Amino acid sequence: MVTDMTTHKLDAQNVNVYYDQAHVIRDVSLTIEANTVTAFIGPSGCGKSTFLRLINRMNDYIDGFRKTGTILIDGEDIYDKKVRVEELRKKIGMVFQKPNPFPKSIYENVIYGLRIQGINKKSILDETVERSLRRAAIWDEVKDNLNKSALSLSGGQQQRICIARTLAVEPSIVLMDEPASALDPISTAKIEELIHELKSQYTIIIVTHNMQQAGRVSDKVAFFYIGELIEYSATKEIFINPKKELTQNYITGRFG
Amino acid sequence: MSKRIDINRIKDNLFRYVGIGCTLFGLLMLGFFLYSVLREGLPRLNAQFFSSLPSRKPEEAGILIPLFGTIWVMVLTSLISIPLGVASGIYLEEYGKKNRLASLIEINITNLAGVPSIIYGLLALEIFVRILGLGKSLLSGSLTLALLILPIIIVATREALKAVPKTIREASFALGATKWQTTWFQVLPASAGGIVTGVILAISRAIGETAPLIVIGAMLYITTLPSSPMDDFSVLPIQIFNWLSRPQKGFIINATAAIIVLLAITFILNGIAIYLRNRWQKKVKW
Repeated sequence: MVTDMTTHKLDAQNVNVYYDQAHVIRDVSLTIEANTVTAFIGPSGCGKSTFLRLINRMNDYIDGFRKTGTILIDGEDIYDKKVRVEELRKKIGMVFQKPNPFPKSIYENVIYGLRIQGINKKSILDETVERSLRRAAIWDEVKDNLNKSALSLSGGQQQRICIARTLAVEPSIVLMDEPASALDPISTAKIEELIHELKSQYTIIIVTHNMQQAGRVSDKVAFFYIGELIEYSATKEIFINPKKELTQNYITGRFG
Repeated sequence: MSKRIDINRIKDNLFRYVGIGCTLFGLLMLGFFLYSVLREGLPRLNAQFFSSLPSRKPEEAGILIPLFGTIWVMVLTSLISIPLGVASGIYLEEYGKKNRLASLIEINITNLAGVPSIIYGLLALEIFVRILGLGKSLLSGSLTLALLILPIIIVATREALKAVPKTIREASFALGATKWQTTWFQVLPASAGGIVTGVILAISRAIGETAPLIVIGAMLYITTLPSSPMDDFSVLPIQIFNWLSRPQKGFIINATAAIIVLLAITFILNGIAIYLRNRWQKKVKW
């Protein structure tokens, strides 16, 4: 190897994605460093969510999905035949656009990732629940009601339960697909604050439609347009001094 | 201007009354049927009727054998059809690729659900009774009925699974769950109400079936209770059919009484299905 790949948390080279005939990701290469927040921005259908879902292989089940190029995480090709996708997803958590707690208690939601690994020891589970809920900044709100259904909580609380559930399996990367788009401003602020705090322990990649949000939470921004990575640089750089006219037009709201 | 509104209102009311009429027609028929059956058969429902073997004298005959036969058939049919049907439904909905073969299978299952039950009887006569040599046994009968309700269970299972939001499956996969874990821990519990309801309705359909069992030869004069799946058997609908074809008035009364018993079993099963559906629906709200 020419470069020292292990210094990058994520290293994508010449990635193309096709759904049947549609070419939805076009020759995208980018690297992401550990313990940073990277925002993927771009208009609807630009491929940012597809690219995000490549990282934990959530596109695998879509009929007609095909990919070329390589994606390395910690220097390891995640699409290698030897990689077990279940193991990969324990390392790479995901938070979805709409809060999607399981129709179970808060407690059962958080420990689901451990249960499916066969961990049933009560002390470990209890400890994980508290730790994860604290990290997701929702412990104080729910600690007395851990057996209540997660569906009885507000949308913002549900989303933080989903984040806690993701953190419970100790991932090193957390993917967030527009995690605040279905939430009110106060809940959004809480999620953003949380992202800021989580950065010290996790590498976070967030897809967002909200320019201000990208500006507030991220260290670097990747701008996608019709499947291509148009510009990728430090957040300040891209907002103050974008190199491409297309980027400039998008972030100033001239289209999107 | 107001005239037009008036006309529309009259039309609206007209439909309301036509609709009420249509609904009442079905209810009235059912009510009349229940009334005449209960009036004739209810006095005959005594301990002797439940505990007696068949007899040439109507007042000494009873439904012990067919009642037990029905219970046996219910249990065996459930044991055969539930695992097969639910597993097929899960496979088709969760695992199977959505390609042309899948839609071919889907169309065929829907078609199977519409095949007249007597055809299943002919099929069973050939395969179970003759080729497999199971004879006119409980097992043959239960296999036949299981086959008959399999498409219903498969379709009900698939519908129930479809109602579970995709986001729940994604959440489970994203935490490192396999397909089976996702199905077992999330999808099945969330769809259990629908599946169980479908299964119970299918079983209650099965125990009312007569034609396919007559075809495989279950219309027998039996005087001993079945003790294994390989024994000969009779079931309530066959007994009813049998009695109804006798000239004596006493047997007609026996038949009506047996109809009440069969109806009661069916209503109880349907009641359980409704109860379970309501309970599960309350528990899971998306």
